[in-house]
Amino acid sequence: MAMTLNDDQNMLRDSARDFMASEAPVTHFRKFRDMGCKDGFSHGLWKQFAEMGFTGILIPEAEGGMGMGQIEAGIVLEEIGRNLSPSPFLTTSVAAVEALKLADKAMRDRWFPGILAGETVIGIAIEEGVKHRPEKIACVAERSGNGFKLTGQKQFVVQGASSDMLIVAARTAGAAGETDGLTLFAIDKDAAGLSMEAARLVDSAMAAHVKLEGVQVDADAVIGEVDGGWAVLSKMLDAGRVGAAAEMVGVGTGAMDMTFDYLKTRKQFDRVIGEFQALQHRAAHLYGEMEGARSIVLKAQSLMDEGHAKAELYVAAAKAKAGLACNLAVREGVQMHGGIGMTDEYDIGLYMKRDRGLNEFFGDAYYHADRVATMNGY
Amino acid sequence: MSDLETFRAEARAWLEENCPAEMRTPAKGDEDVCWGGRNFVFQSESQKLWLERCMAKGYTVPDWPKAYGGAGLSPQETKVLRQEMAKLGCRSPLNSFGIWMLGPALLKFGTEEQKVHYMGQIARGEIRWCQGYSEPGSGSDLVSMQTFGEDKGDHWVVNGQKIWTSYADKADWIFCLVRTDKTNKYQGISFLLFDMETPGVTTKPIKLISGNSPFCETFFDNVVVPKHQIVGELNRGWDVAKYLLGHEREMISGMGGDGGVTSIGAAMKAVLSEEPVLRAQMALFDVENLTFRAHGERFMDEWKTGKAHPAYSNLMKYVGTELNKKRNELVMSIGGTQALEWESERSNGGSKARNWLRTKANSIEGGTSEVMLNVVSKRILEMPGA
Repeated sequence: MAMTLNDDQNMLRDSARDFMASEAPVTHFRKFRDMGCKDGFSHGLWKQFAEMGFTGILIPEAEGGMGMGQIEAGIVLEEIGRNLSPSPFLTTSVAAVEALKLADKAMRDRWFPGILAGETVIGIAIEEGVKHRPEKIACVAERSGNGFKLTGQKQFVVQGASSDMLIVAARTAGAAGETDGLTLFAIDKDAAGLSMEAARLVDSAMAAHVKLEGVQVDADAVIGEVDGGWAVLSKMLDAGRVGAAAEMVGVGTGAMDMTFDYLKTRKQFDRVIGEFQALQHRAAHLYGEMEGARSIVLKAQSLMDEGHAKAELYVAAAKAKAGLACNLAVREGVQMHGGIGMTDEYDIGLYMKRDRGLNEFFGDAYYHADRVATMNGY
Repeated sequence: MSDLETFRAEARAWLEENCPAEMRTPAKGDEDVCWGGRNFVFQSESQKLWLERCMAKGYTVPDWPKAYGGAGLSPQETKVLRQEMAKLGCRSPLNSFGIWMLGPALLKFGTEEQKVHYMGQIARGEIRWCQGYSEPGSGSDLVSMQTFGEDKGDHWVVNGQKIWTSYADKADWIFCLVRTDKTNKYQGISFLLFDMETPGVTTKPIKLISGNSPFCETFFDNVVVPKHQIVGELNRGWDVAKYLLGHEREMISGMGGDGGVTSIGAAMKAVLSEEPVLRAQMALFDVENLTFRAHGERFMDEWKTGKAHPAYSNLMKYVGTELNKKRNELVMSIGGTQALEWESERSNGGSKARNWLRTKANSIEGGTSEVMLNVVSKRILEMPGA
């Protein structure tokens, strides 16, 4: 396909841009941060997302959604990133929906209506250590009665304590380090033996430390195949990764635009600092990095939507590149703002914090560059 | 089937029928590249046949109008043709500065007569062109150039010196910036075409750090150029030059290295597996390389549909040439002491070291990286200042 947005996609972008700018701009984020909101997002805004059709953007039309692809989800995420709009969109409407699309009908019927209505939030419980290592999952699910009993712990479950259901990856066979033997489970928030400790993160998002102490589930809690969870997990993670990459394109672009505006207005030595070549060259270089990130993210999204064999490689490259470029944008942003960039009152620091969170989400740039090397045969 | 898919099938069938097997293998070196021109010696019958067949079909310059030797393909059809050629591994039938640079400028600024005559010659590979821009005192500050053409009624008499003229010693004609008004800096330059065999034209190859001499000094001593050999208006050659530089930057950025999306890492696995930091550098390079390819694809799609910023090729030139330098630094590091060899047969005449040194010019020729960043900053980002 052509590497440009079509008319429908441009229309979606315009409406997502208007919506985020008017309903969920940075002032909205600040308001919820400053009130110490325990969810880290507004349920009212999540309802509005549903009214716009965003929450079901990846849910098939036959099941009440918009039946769109990663490009369209990414268009919404870029605007979320640009405005730092807090929402469960990335975890619930992108990652969780991609996993649930591979679940049986009964489970889809149970969860899709709530997502479509903007009432349901789903947490992704994958990580067990401080860095993303999905194949190292050690959380155990043993056969028990009509189903399974889960024991283990999970970390960095974004919005976990606000979730109605957690998608938990656990080991039903094999040993940590093996991709075979994993199984994904949908676990209700009220399940006995499940406990969560919510923690606030640097970007004001809430993430939970989760304990599973003999959590009993029926066999119908399994998403996909028993022992064959890696396929579902990979699909879910790649959707989450390319989604986080798209959001970082938004965060980086937002930080960059704010910084360029500042260079054009701030005066020192009797002239606007944007006249200085030392800053101009860094600005132009940053622009090139963000343009590159935008391109590889679009490429990865379109390959995923085509079901292309190279999609996995491009998603890894896109997550890595978007992470590197967005990180450069926020670092240059703070530096070029000078002292005011260090203040809480000014927005640029909020972009720096959001970038840090998104860089860690489902694997950082180094993790994904390593995967690119492995997939490229060295 | 859409029109474009019908075209794809036809193009594929034509290529399969007409591209000789030998022309579907990678070129082994620069001597395998067909540059055309009066003095070109074909390396094989297949090379000659491939050129002739493409010429007859208009495929040496597929997107040029039929009247000027092209096939009149749309941008989309041209892209499809290139994709099909890449799939079959077809070599380019003809490379030339005429195709990449002069042709597009003629199409925009030339008279009908010039288009038919010069573009036709380029399409048929009859004339090999070189470009006379830089002067010893005018590199990045090109507009300060002083080569002067004195008005003698029906002709100019040109005196001066150009430098960094690519393959001037092999070229048949030159497109050259000549000052025709000393009182006006920007609007005192004309874009002239003349035969390198004209009395008074001499060339002297410049030996580079790579040991090769792709560039020349070019001297003009009372060179007579008839008035009809001007492109565009008198004293408005800078407009033509700027337009053409855009194409040059696009061309250089398109090269961005020779590797496409295929990683060079796999072939170097033995070394990389024992050098974790080098492997990490290679991995990050691969991320940048995949990014650049996607960026180039997006740029071309936006360029063809008129959505790209007119100065965007400057950005691609910057990113692509810096990437290619990085690639060659890695090739040298991975190659280790073997890559240091300068002459041996096993090193293919020191090709790694020579290529590495050659790439250092990428970010100098056709506008330095620093000038590219100036242009991006001022024209795209609209930063203030002169």
